[in-house]
Amino acid sequence: MNAVLSVRNLTKSFGGNRAVDDVSFDLARGELLALIGPNGAGKSTCFNMMTGHLKPDGGTVSLNGSPITGLKPRRIWRLGVGRTFQITATYASMTVVENVQMALISHHRRVFALRPYAHRLYRDEALGFLDLVGMAAQADRHCAVLAYGDLKRLELAIALCHAPGLLLMDEPTAGMAPGERTALMQLIADIVAQRQLSVLFTEHDMDTVFAHAHRVMVLNRGRLIANGTVAEIRADRQVQDVYLGGGTLFSALEPPSDA
Amino acid sequence: MGLFIAQLLTGLANAGALFMVASGLSLIFGVTRIVNFAHGSFYMLGAYVGYTLMQVLPGAFGFWGAILLTGIIVGLVGVIVEIVVLRPVYRAPELFQLVATFGVILVIQDLALMIWGPQDLLGPRAPGLKGVVRILGEPVPKYDLALIGITPFVALALWWLIARTRVGILVRAATQDREMVGALGVNQSWLFTGVFFLGCALAGLGGAVQLPKGGADLLMDFNILASIFVVVVIGGMGSLPGAYLAAVLVSVLNVFGVTYLPQSTLVLMFVVMALVLMIRPYGLLGREEVAGDPGQSGEPERPIKPAGARVRLIVAAGIALLALVPLIAPPFATVLVTDILIFCLFAASLHFLLGLGGLVSFGHAAFFGGGAYTAALLVAHADSPMELALLLAPLGAGLLALIIGWICLRLTGVYFAMLTLAFAQLLWSLVYQWGDVTGGDDGLVDIWPPDWASSSTVFFYLALVLCVGGILALRHAAHAPFGYALRAARDSKRQAEATGIDTRAVQWGAFALAGAMAGLAGGLFVFAKGSVFPNELEITRSFDALIVVFLGGVKTLSGGVVGGAVFESVKDVLTRFEYWRLALGLTIIAVVILAPEGIVGSLRRLGERLGLLRAPEDGS
Amino acid sequence: MRRKTFLGAAIAVALTLTGLQASAQEPIKIGEINHFKRMAAFAEPYRMGIELAVDQINEQGGVLGRPLEFIYRDDQGEPGEAVKIAEELMTREGTVMLTGAILSNIGLALSSLAAEKHYVYLASEPLADALVWDKGNDWTFRLRTSTYMQAAMLAEEAAKTDAIRYATIAPNYAYGKDAVAAFKENLLALKPEVEFVAEQWPPLFKIDAGAEVQALERAKPDAIFNVTFAGDLAKFMREGTMRGLFDGRKVFGLLSGEPEYLDPIGEETSEGWIVTGFPWYDFDEGAKKDFVDAYQARWNDYPRNGSIVGYNTALSVAAAIEKAGSTEAEAIRDAFVGLELDTPVGPITYREIDHQSTMGAFVGTTAVRDGKGVMVDWEYRDGADYLPPDDVVRELRPAN
Repeated sequence: MNAVLSVRNLTKSFGGNRAVDDVSFDLARGELLALIGPNGAGKSTCFNMMTGHLKPDGGTVSLNGSPITGLKPRRIWRLGVGRTFQITATYASMTVVENVQMALISHHRRVFALRPYAHRLYRDEALGFLDLVGMAAQADRHCAVLAYGDLKRLELAIALCHAPGLLLMDEPTAGMAPGERTALMQLIADIVAQRQLSVLFTEHDMDTVFAHAHRVMVLNRGRLIANGTVAEIRADRQVQDVYLGGGTLFSALEPPSDA
Repeated sequence: MGLFIAQLLTGLANAGALFMVASGLSLIFGVTRIVNFAHGSFYMLGAYVGYTLMQVLPGAFGFWGAILLTGIIVGLVGVIVEIVVLRPVYRAPELFQLVATFGVILVIQDLALMIWGPQDLLGPRAPGLKGVVRILGEPVPKYDLALIGITPFVALALWWLIARTRVGILVRAATQDREMVGALGVNQSWLFTGVFFLGCALAGLGGAVQLPKGGADLLMDFNILASIFVVVVIGGMGSLPGAYLAAVLVSVLNVFGVTYLPQSTLVLMFVVMALVLMIRPYGLLGREEVAGDPGQSGEPERPIKPAGARVRLIVAAGIALLALVPLIAPPFATVLVTDILIFCLFAASLHFLLGLGGLVSFGHAAFFGGGAYTAALLVAHADSPMELALLLAPLGAGLLALIIGWICLRLTGVYFAMLTLAFAQLLWSLVYQWGDVTGGDDGLVDIWPPDWASSSTVFFYLALVLCVGGILALRHAAHAPFGYALRAARDSKRQAEATGIDTRAVQWGAFALAGAMAGLAGGLFVFAKGSVFPNELEITRSFDALIVVFLGGVKTLSGGVVGGAVFESVKDVLTRFEYWRLALGLTIIAVVILAPEGIVGSLRRLGERLGLLRAPEDGS
Repeated sequence: MRRKTFLGAAIAVALTLTGLQASAQEPIKIGEINHFKRMAAFAEPYRMGIELAVDQINEQGGVLGRPLEFIYRDDQGEPGEAVKIAEELMTREGTVMLTGAILSNIGLALSSLAAEKHYVYLASEPLADALVWDKGNDWTFRLRTSTYMQAAMLAEEAAKTDAIRYATIAPNYAYGKDAVAAFKENLLALKPEVEFVAEQWPPLFKIDAGAEVQALERAKPDAIFNVTFAGDLAKFMREGTMRGLFDGRKVFGLLSGEPEYLDPIGEETSEGWIVTGFPWYDFDEGAKKDFVDAYQARWNDYPRNGSIVGYNTALSVAAAIEKAGSTEAEAIRDAFVGLELDTPVGPITYREIDHQSTMGAFVGTTAVRDGKGVMVDWEYRDGADYLPPDDVVRELRPAN
């Protein structure tokens, strides 16, 4: 299988507590893969090892066949991995378009340049990305005053600047209203299809997951307990137990009425 | 063996007052995140108040009663300061409050002079504890033994208060998560006031308790400041056991330093601090600061734009007007404006670091002085011409900044600030001590410009060109991709790193650039004054720049320059008055309270309110 | 034409007359720069000394028929500020020369400025030897008995004792180092068998007295040379006395007998130290007594060492300008060279060779009297006798 991302035997402990325990999976080109699990299941730890924020105790992460385990986030980004954050991370003192320009400046390796003025640099290119995520109209607004959903879109635009082959999205719809969620996920799905991207995302909201993911992995107490299509996951007794056992009952596990 | 034990006891006794003062500072920082520069002033106040009370209250009971009473009185003064000066500015940008506390230092200095007069006061001895005890044949003062006994008691009482009482639980909660305390329904401002009371009371206690070993004088506020910062940082900010450990460590090491390396005592403390921070970046018992982006309190900074044609025209006109100064103003104005220009460049360089980079340096004087000494040493030892010295001054300072920055940038926030302070102090002591090369505190003199530039007017134009050039260069860098990357690293290190920006390298570059510009200012300073002394490397010089940047406005591009110009001019006027420190201190406090966004920020807001400037959208 | 000329002449004469009149009333201004706040305990008595002398001079008709006036400015204890203020005084305030400074570094900064800008500077209080020797220049003069001179006076006393093993304690800065070096040099010259067994260098105003005393005790010296002063001295005396450091040892204290330093220590003053200082309380005759009386009458306070330095500063300035017959800088400078005048403590001369005045110091022994620290058995030593030979001075002063 020609995997974009291959994770093998990934393990991480915090003080004797196995946060991630022997996780392995592959992500194919063009695939929209969801990583779910109850609180404390190890999703974020798993995620942070792929983005380079955490060093695994064991196991490997490979991108297009080359190992990226333990590389710094900025190295991983250079290799073509874009990401968004669970809690949005944007440059609050800049305008919306400047946020994107900043990523483009890095993309074009001109971070240390002293000319020309940054606000002129790659502006059109940045506007293109903003247009892609539906933010072009707000390009010159102060980033600090944006609505939360718009910040999420902006992050997506930033993540796309380096023409990544893989997007890692940590709870892309956290904190958004249901309507916004659907719109954003639809946008992501469109971009994935259009640019042949692969996406790994974690998510709380099961409606979102089941509506958009091509494939779903379930993590519990650091271990992958299920990996399959939406239908398979829905049917999986173990997954249901986990969510019930964990005390987080969610309605989405019930087959939707129209199914 | 006897001597060894006696020395150990001396060290332990010295640790007493140091611990009390430092624990107060640590407590205040832990809960309120205020770096209380005025803590040394409360210590000094404790000494004076204690002295006065001991004159009035008789006997042993009176002596110890006076110490306790002093703690309460100084604590209450602290409460007044907290309520009047600090409470209005809690929501101001991070560390802005330290400017207010700096104002408090000046006010207390002059008030103490008014009340207690200029003469040093020798502390009274403790009744019943005047003599010595022989331990293994070595004399050990009884009062030292009393201090050694009392200090752990104070530490335990503090520990009990923090660990075993409801107030303590709240304090601990606030140390870890300030928002949470608010969520618990506790009135946060009264908690802060209470902590300020306790912290200042401890400082007062420290001042009173050291009286039998010393006294009260008007220089003791600054004299203890560096030591308590060092203790708090070595111990770990906010950690009381850490403060005790560090106080003992520093005091005991000092005693042995005095005996075996008598010249080392200037640097010893700072070497220990630098070493500890390099190995344990958060101090011996400190906790790592919560990861993530630094909480920028207050309104986020506005986007910046290079000046439009109109503003450029105004600036050009302003510079042209400045250029006319030697022609139309009296001769002294030329000298004064030269000084102001140099200071503005210095302030602008710190502002670049602090405002754009979010890097609060407490040791920026290292580069101003570094540049000054580079130039002066070149002239003094290599007979280098001024032109070359002025060229090499920024390079020397920049190189220094590269070295210091490489080490300091491993840390963030207050720890970064403290490490820069430590290195500035190290440099200061090096210059101070290495008399053969640097002239020690007798400095390097007779460093004057060559004949062509020796007139005040010519030198003014030289300074004008270089300072304005430097300031414009910094501004240009701010608008360049490099400046944007620096702001990106400040706004969100996570995002910057996740988009391929090596934030530490960017900050390192900025540190070097700021250092170089400060060095250029320092180089000019030497030729303007004809001499250089270790004063240019002192903590006060770093503080001067820091105050000016905050007063000017951290979150505005011109904050440094405007703050520098205003502050230097105001100082020039105020220092003509008898009680100028009081006046200056009150001025600073007034600006802090009335213009928490700094002069430029507040003027801009005023302009927007009056409709002279376009308000930002959604402007709050 | 003729009329016009006459009118012109009349106007010219009138102008000259009013001009003369104006200048007769207009005071001669002297710029005095000091650390009035940072070192208030020392600078205030100094200022009061100046004021007393100025009052007396003006009562007697002033200088060149004009009143003398000192303009006081605070330099915050910063050399850079001092230089700026000096420029302001000389270019804006119309002062004719500069005086002041206690801290050596500020003295040196002003001295360098004086040479560069051709201002006359009388370094009244700073003690650094560099002011008149290593960094000496044509435009700087120094009044106060220098570190070298005072150390030499104490070395002379030390040589008379049978102590061989010496320990020194001095603040870790230029003044302390100069003092120890001068004491060593003079003592070794007088008594080559002397050994120096320990050198302690506490940081200025941050002495850890207990530790210093232990370190000195450990060296078991016969005698101690002390240069610490102010709060450091008080702590050192207290700890040393308590721990018995001074028992059976000779102690020589530079400046330790000055009222500025002994008064705060009071009854805890260590007795039997041989010190330089200013025993005003025992002045019972002559000009010295007149000075003390006048000072107490004027200020309702007693004089400190700074007071006499301030007083002599104003006397020196007045004498120099009177001798110069003009307020031109060059004339004043030339007048200062070799200037002789009488002061309450005795006649002094500003030496031609290095611009150092020969003002001396009082050497005596510390004692406690009525709960106060005082000097007894004191004697005034003329500074002229405690300076190196001329050929040595010439070598020390490259400017010549």
